[in-house]
Amino acid sequence: MAVAIGAVRVWRQSRILGQAALLLLRRPGAQGLTISHPHRQQEQQFSSLDDKPQFPGASAEFIDKLEFIQPNVISGIPIYRVMDRQGQIINPSEDPHLPKEKVLKFYKSMTLLNTMDRILYESQRQGRISFYMTNYGEEGTHVGSAAALDNTDLVFGQYREAAVGAAYAAKRANANRVVICYFGEGAASEGDAHAGFNFAATLECPIIFFCRNNGYAISTPTSEQYRGDGIAARGPGYGILSIRVDGNDVFAVYNATKEARRRAVAENQPFLIEAMTYRIGHHSTSDDSSAYRSVDEVNYWDKQDHPISRLRHYLLSRGWWDEEQEKAWRKQSRKKVMEAFEQAERKPKPNPNLLFSDVYQEMPSQLRKQQESLARHLQTYGEHYPLEHFDK
Amino acid sequence: MAAVSGLVWRPLRQVTVRDAINQGMDEELERDEKVFLLGEEVAQYDGAYKVSRGLWKKYGDKRIIDTPISEMGFAGIAVGAAMAGLRPICEFMTFNFSMQAIDQVINSAAKTYYMSGGLQSVPIVFRGPNGASAGVAAQHSQCFAAWYGHCPGLKVVSPWNSEDAKGLIKSAIRDNNPVVVLENELMYGVPFEFPSEAQSKDFLVPIGKAKIERQGTHITVVSHSRPVGHCLEAAAVLSKEGVECEVINMRTIRPMDMETIEASVMKTNHLVTVEGGWPQFGVGAEICARIMEGPAFNFLDAPAVRVTGADVPMPYAKILEDNSIPQVKDIIFAIKKTLNI
Repeated sequence: MAVAIGAVRVWRQSRILGQAALLLLRRPGAQGLTISHPHRQQEQQFSSLDDKPQFPGASAEFIDKLEFIQPNVISGIPIYRVMDRQGQIINPSEDPHLPKEKVLKFYKSMTLLNTMDRILYESQRQGRISFYMTNYGEEGTHVGSAAALDNTDLVFGQYREAAVGAAYAAKRANANRVVICYFGEGAASEGDAHAGFNFAATLECPIIFFCRNNGYAISTPTSEQYRGDGIAARGPGYGILSIRVDGNDVFAVYNATKEARRRAVAENQPFLIEAMTYRIGHHSTSDDSSAYRSVDEVNYWDKQDHPISRLRHYLLSRGWWDEEQEKAWRKQSRKKVMEAFEQAERKPKPNPNLLFSDVYQEMPSQLRKQQESLARHLQTYGEHYPLEHFDK
Repeated sequence: MAAVSGLVWRPLRQVTVRDAINQGMDEELERDEKVFLLGEEVAQYDGAYKVSRGLWKKYGDKRIIDTPISEMGFAGIAVGAAMAGLRPICEFMTFNFSMQAIDQVINSAAKTYYMSGGLQSVPIVFRGPNGASAGVAAQHSQCFAAWYGHCPGLKVVSPWNSEDAKGLIKSAIRDNNPVVVLENELMYGVPFEFPSEAQSKDFLVPIGKAKIERQGTHITVVSHSRPVGHCLEAAAVLSKEGVECEVINMRTIRPMDMETIEASVMKTNHLVTVEGGWPQFGVGAEICARIMEGPAFNFLDAPAVRVTGADVPMPYAKILEDNSIPQVKDIIFAIKKTLNI
C-alpha cells in the first residue's frame, strides 16, 4: 500500500518535470545553480513498479506510435517586432517608451555609421585603405543591441567559444557583466558554434549569442547554409532560451537584448537572439554581389524595409525630427567622418621597432638581436627609407 | 633514503613524474585562486592518466572542471577565460586530440598578444601527454614538439624527469604567455630522486634554459623528453669504451637554449640530436640549422647527425613500433658514426 502511494508520487513529480522541461523553465538558485533542470537531477527516484522512462539522458514520456518529428520550416519560429515597416508601433505595450534624446542617439548612430561606410568604401576604391566591409541594411542590429548593454559588458565580434570562456570568468568573479558574441548565420555552421552553445549551457554562463541572419554568407544563400528553421531553432536543442527578432526594427532588437541581458546576468544562463535582416551591400570590397543576386532584390530591401527609414518614420511621426535637421545632420556627419579620416591619414605609421615587440610579454633574445640589427642598418642607410612617414 | 653531499645531509625522495606534475598543479592552485584546470575526465575520475588525482576533491567544481568531448570547445573557452583574467590549465587527453583545437591554440592564444599590440595577454597552459606511448598506434602516437615549436607567441616545454615536470609546470602556470607543456605518458609512472630544493613550493625550472645532465668531452648529445633517459643509458655504455658523452636535456623547445648547446659543441666538436618525433622539419633539424648559423659551426669536426622516430605513421605491431622510435642502440650507433669509431 505504502509502496503504491510512493509510486504515484514519483509519477506526478516526473510529469511536472517533463512539463517544466518542455517550457525550458529554469529556476535560478544560489550562485546561479539551476536545481530543477532535469539533466542536473542527481537523485533519481527509481521505481521498477512504474512503467515510466528511467533513462538518465532524457526526461520524457513513452510513446507507442512511430512518428518522426517534422522540422518546422514552413511555419518557423515567429519574428518579434515592435514597429511596422512604416515605423508605427504595433502593440503599444511593447513600446519601450524611450526618451527623445535616446532615440535620436539611435538614429544618429545608425546614420553616422551609414555615412562612414560610404566614405570608407569609396576610399578603398581609391586605394587609400586596403579593405573594407560595409554594414548597409544591418545598422539596426548593431545599434539596437549595443544600446541595451552596460558600458562594462564584453563584446566579442567572433570567437564563439572564447566568448563563453570570458562569460564563465565573469560569472566566477560575480562581475555583473554579460558577454555578447556576434556572428552571422554562416559562421553558425562552424563546429565551434556547436561547442560554444553546448558549453554555454552546461557551464551556465551569462552570455548572449547574437546571430545576424542577413541572408548571405558571401555568396552562399541561407537555402544552402542550412535546412532547418534558421539559427533560433537550434537554441532549444542545447537547452538555451531563444528568440527570433526583426533585425531591421531597432526597438525589437533593443527590447530583446535588454531582457536577455537582465536575465543572463540574474540567472547565469545563455540566450540566443537571431536577428533577421538583409545585407544590402556586398560582403566586402573584394566582392561583387551582382554575380549572385538580382538588383531588384537588393532594391526591395533598400527601399521597402530599411532600419534607418523605419526609425526615421517613427521620429517624424512624433515630431522629433524633420527635413531640415536631416539635411543639416547629413552635412555634419559627413564632415565628422572626413575630418577623422584626414586626421588618421596624417598620422605617422608605427615605429618599425613594433615589428619585434609583443610576440611574448618579454622580448626573446633572437628578436632583440634582429631589432638591434635593423636599428644599426637604419643608422647607416636610413636616408634611403621613407622614415619621415614613421613614428620616431 | 638519503644522500650525503659534502658535509650537508640532504634527504632525497623518490617521486614519480605523475606525482611531480600533480604537486606542481596543486601548489599553483593553492597559491592563486585564478588558476583552474579543465579537460576531459580531470575531475571525479582524477584524470585519464590520474595526473590530477585528488585535485577535484580538494578544490571542487569551480576549480577542476570536467568538459564535454570537444577539444575545440574547451580550448576556446579556456582561451576566453584567460583573456578575461583567469589562469586556466587546459588539459588535452593526449596532444593528438589537440589537433581538434589547434586553431584555438595558435590563432586565439599564440597570436593575440602580438595582434593586440600588447593589450591582450593570454596566460594559458595547454598540457597533456605527447609523443609515442605503447601500442596505441598511428593516431595516438604523434609528437607535436616541432608543430608547436614552430609558432612565435607560444612557449613550448618538454620535461623529462620529475624535477623537470614539477618545475616546468609551475613556471608555465606563472608565465603570462601561452605555454604548451608536452608531457610523456610512458614517463608518468617513472620515479626519480627529488632533490630537497624541488620540494619547496616556490621551486621553479626556468623556461628557456637547458640542463646538462651529464658532463662529457667527446661528443654533445642533445635530446628532450623520454629519449633523454635513453641518451644517458647510451652514454653509460660508451663510457666503458672510453667515450665520454655530454648529454643535454633541452627542457624547453621554444625558446630554445642554443647557448648551452653551442658552448657544449664548441667544447666537444661533435653533435648528435635525439628525438622521438619525425625527422622532417623536426627539432633536430632546427638545432642543426642554428648550429650552422652560429659560432659553433667552425668547431664541428664532423657533420651533425640526427636520431629521430621513423618517418612513418606509428605502426601497431609491437615489433614494428619498437623499431620506429630511437632505441639505445640507435643512439650508440649514431654517436660512433659521428666519432668515426
